[in-house]
Amino acid sequence: MSRARADEEEYWHSSKFRAFTFDDEDDELSQLKESKQAVNSLRDIVDDDDDDLERVSWSGEPVGSISWSIKETVSSSASSLEGRDSSLQKGSSSYAAFPKQVSSYSLSSLFRGRNKLPSFQSLSDALSDTGVKNYAPELRRPKAEYKDYSNDWSPKDTVRRMQRGKVLIFLKRTLRREILFRELEVRQVALCHLIHFLKETGEQKLLLDLLRFLDRTEEVALSQYREHLNIQDVEKRREFLKGCIGLPFSAEDTSHIQDHYTLLERQIIIEANDRHLEMSGQSEIFRKYPRKASILNMPLVTTLFYSCFYHYTEAEGTFSSPTNLKKTFKIPDKQYVLTALAARAKLRAWGDVDALFTTKNWLGYTKKKAPIGFHRVVEILQRNNAPVQVLQEYVCLVEDVETRLSLATKYKCHDVVIETYKDLKDRIQLTAYKCKVERGSAEEEKINSILNNMQIRWKN
Amino acid sequence: MAAAGRRDAPEAPDFGILKRLARDQLIYLLEQLPGKKDLFIEADLMSPLDRIANVSILKQHEVDKLYKVETRPAPSASDQFCFLVRPRIRTMRYIADIVNADKMSGRSRKYKIIFSPQKMSPATSGPSTCSPWMRTSSAWSCPSSSATTSCLPRALVVLQEGDHRWINSVARALQLLNSLYGPFGRAYGIGRCAKMSYELWRDLEEESEGDGQGRKPEIGSIFLMDRDTDYVTALCSQVVYEGLVDDTFRIKCGSVDFGPDVTSSDKSIKVLLNAQDKVFSQIRNEHFSSVFGFLSQKSRNLQAQYDRRRGMDIKQMKNFVSQELKGLKQEHRLLSLHIGACESIMKKKTKQDFQEMIKAEHSLLEGFDIRESTSFIEEHIDRQVSPIESLRLMCLLSITENGLVPKDYRSLKTQYLQSYGPEHLLTFHNLKRIGLLTEQAAGETLTAVESRVSKLVTDRAAGKITDAFNSLARKSNFRAISKKLGLIPRLDGEYDLKMPRDMAYVFSGAYVPLSCKIIEQVLERRGWQGLEEVLRLLNGHEFSVSDSTAEDGAAAEAQRVVLAVFLGGCTFSEIAALRFLGKERGCKFIFLTTAITNSARVMEAMSEARA
Repeated sequence: MSRARADEEEYWHSSKFRAFTFDDEDDELSQLKESKQAVNSLRDIVDDDDDDLERVSWSGEPVGSISWSIKETVSSSASSLEGRDSSLQKGSSSYAAFPKQVSSYSLSSLFRGRNKLPSFQSLSDALSDTGVKNYAPELRRPKAEYKDYSNDWSPKDTVRRMQRGKVLIFLKRTLRREILFRELEVRQVALCHLIHFLKETGEQKLLLDLLRFLDRTEEVALSQYREHLNIQDVEKRREFLKGCIGLPFSAEDTSHIQDHYTLLERQIIIEANDRHLEMSGQSEIFRKYPRKASILNMPLVTTLFYSCFYHYTEAEGTFSSPTNLKKTFKIPDKQYVLTALAARAKLRAWGDVDALFTTKNWLGYTKKKAPIGFHRVVEILQRNNAPVQVLQEYVCLVEDVETRLSLATKYKCHDVVIETYKDLKDRIQLTAYKCKVERGSAEEEKINSILNNMQIRWKN
Repeated sequence: MAAAGRRDAPEAPDFGILKRLARDQLIYLLEQLPGKKDLFIEADLMSPLDRIANVSILKQHEVDKLYKVETRPAPSASDQFCFLVRPRIRTMRYIADIVNADKMSGRSRKYKIIFSPQKMSPATSGPSTCSPWMRTSSAWSCPSSSATTSCLPRALVVLQEGDHRWINSVARALQLLNSLYGPFGRAYGIGRCAKMSYELWRDLEEESEGDGQGRKPEIGSIFLMDRDTDYVTALCSQVVYEGLVDDTFRIKCGSVDFGPDVTSSDKSIKVLLNAQDKVFSQIRNEHFSSVFGFLSQKSRNLQAQYDRRRGMDIKQMKNFVSQELKGLKQEHRLLSLHIGACESIMKKKTKQDFQEMIKAEHSLLEGFDIRESTSFIEEHIDRQVSPIESLRLMCLLSITENGLVPKDYRSLKTQYLQSYGPEHLLTFHNLKRIGLLTEQAAGETLTAVESRVSKLVTDRAAGKITDAFNSLARKSNFRAISKKLGLIPRLDGEYDLKMPRDMAYVFSGAYVPLSCKIIEQVLERRGWQGLEEVLRLLNGHEFSVSDSTAEDGAAAEAQRVVLAVFLGGCTFSEIAALRFLGKERGCKFIFLTTAITNSARVMEAMSEARA
């Protein structure tokens, strides 16, 4: 960090700045617990006759509030509704296509008000029917008498026109696409509005045409890709994604789309296989841990977890094996280890956990290594209720002494604590720790023997 | 620290009027459809509606049954339908379907649609093709007002999406407030939407040819702040009590649902959080660490008061029961509720490594140990912890660092897609477009450029260079702004959160919210003089207008009332910070915002959910 000057450095390191911590061992929390007890102890006195208090202001939803009342109507009429809803929904989205009348006006001429070219109808004539009132009221505003809007599509005015004019929608209905697009191209704010409007109404085709016209190829691609979210059938979705690969994405995104397609393809295969396995009841793991949900459409890491859970030992050749997934999708080591660890720990397969971190060097010595901090490993193991013996092994691999000590103390890995204090030559702490281990246990004995060891040069 | 001769903050104007106005307007609209009718209410309008009316008021105006607008059509037998909806195309289709179905089955009914906050052009275009009987009606806006907050419907980040329709609602709200409590003496603002709203409002005023002459102004100045100016603050984890409650339980329209883990019973309770809650009103703006002490003090007092019962004679007891007991009981309830909430918050926060996360966040804000924070985020993603949190941290990294280094951007994006689903490709695109999560242009290490520029601040050429950068893509320039405005407090020793010395306390003393700092500076200078450099870094769009006649007319008290308008959302942390500022400077802040927001809401608005 180049700009951290020396004095800054010193400032930050020397600062006693200690904000409030969200650690559960804080004094504050015990304070909270006390107050809770105090309040609870009062409950007996208070709770005997509190009916009249129910209606007091702090209860935000008293009987008679609107939300409450709606819930009542819903629940009472829910049963009678069931039969009726399907028939009505079908005819719902018949969104009438508006006849696009061919027009030779340009947008500018529309806003100019009085048309200067004699061959065209004057604007007020063209718009004198009810349409004016509905779609472009400012064109009949008495105050501004056909103001020339064509040159000042400032954002502010556009907003106003959007608000009260509905001009865009009118234009969209009446103008030929090419003209509309051409005119909008030079008016960015209006363009934004139209794009937003098309997105909201779901007029995908027109939107794509517009984006294509504007040469926003990446947006076209993304907008098309977005459609896959609406496809429920997996096979159809897979087909659709296949089609998406060729869309003009950036190189980086193309590979993401390719991965998406490959992933879904894999998931379909795995799902078919595993459902069969599960139904037949042949596989022990499926009998012991029935699947809670299908793997279809899950993220890659979830899929990896799944395959580490159900297919951990499979050879790399099969689609469902973790190593295959790791290779195909170039999953980084870190992510792989975290996921595999979580899956194997969940199954309490401590042997696999051990193997995950054990590496052999060229001399044949084994050593434990992890791409993630060992404190993280400990945390995951602990969350899966790993026994102390297993935890201990990883706690002592935590490099930072402070963290190691706090983890060891927290999870009662006595041996690690004792060894660490011994290494630190901290007699006071070690003596203090004696009262935390059980009387007459092996740990106590160990502490005593260390304390009595004359060879150690204690620092205190 | 208490400034010498500190003035007390003036009283806020009476905002009950707003509530009454909204209610009257609703009743007026309901009465336009005389006779018995069924009312259909859109889900997100129910809470605001609860704040201004109740069932008995609706019944008085012949509302028969209440329904929620949802996908299921209504089975009602009533002859008249009234819809109270947001101007959305989806909802319009729902209504059109009902009308068409009636038409097909030969039923004749009367329909009325009430839009909140207003009728919007695209929305009405839907059904107008569907039914000749449709009667579209005028607007109904619902400022659900508590003592200081007026909640307009949530525009969220829609403003940045290029959809400027909500600006009109803001302008109209300003017009309303101006007519009731104005004229405002001074108006300041920053950001594109802020400027647009201001100008639109001025136009509205001109057109309506204000009748506010000769009234006594109650609000001295207004400040319009565009969320666009400061995303950083909105993305930070909140640690003041109200903010934490919002982050953890989601406060909706001033009320919150406390689940069974808070109430320590089997039912959840909906609680209205406002100044009437005597416990809440005292802790809402406090840093979370001070809350415990306060609650325990409170519960000890309560215990003592109950204990007084002992040794009372009959008469005293009678007095006690009739006068004090009710209050004590209520206080007891409130206390146990908030203690429960605190416990639940602590439980959730310790589970999700909040400590580590806050540490990473603070280093991002300070620009320290960026590498370490980046790998913290990476691990957060790899562990598949909350997708919203991961996204938030990435955005924070991007804004504070003026974009991610391309290598980091690629790798974080890839891992994010792998952890949370490939369709988030779309989310990344959304974020990039808005500038929340970007990639530094290749070969341009921004910190280098930045430091060069900040060395040459006085040099005009340097200004031009950064302008050129700004025009390429919007840069947040956070680091430079932070330096200029001193957003990261330098202090010796510990920051005493119980005796806050500046607005930084809302983020544990690590960061003064940018938006609030700007407001403070501008109010102090009565304009933007001397802030030119900051403005350039912020990308401008500032304004400062004073109306001398209004200013002279205002009483000294009223001049110290400031209306802070947040376009695109305001967080509880910002509210707390400004309230603190108000206490220090003897002025009163009133808040008007398009929505109460927090980091999760901002991120969710950007996130492309699975269909």
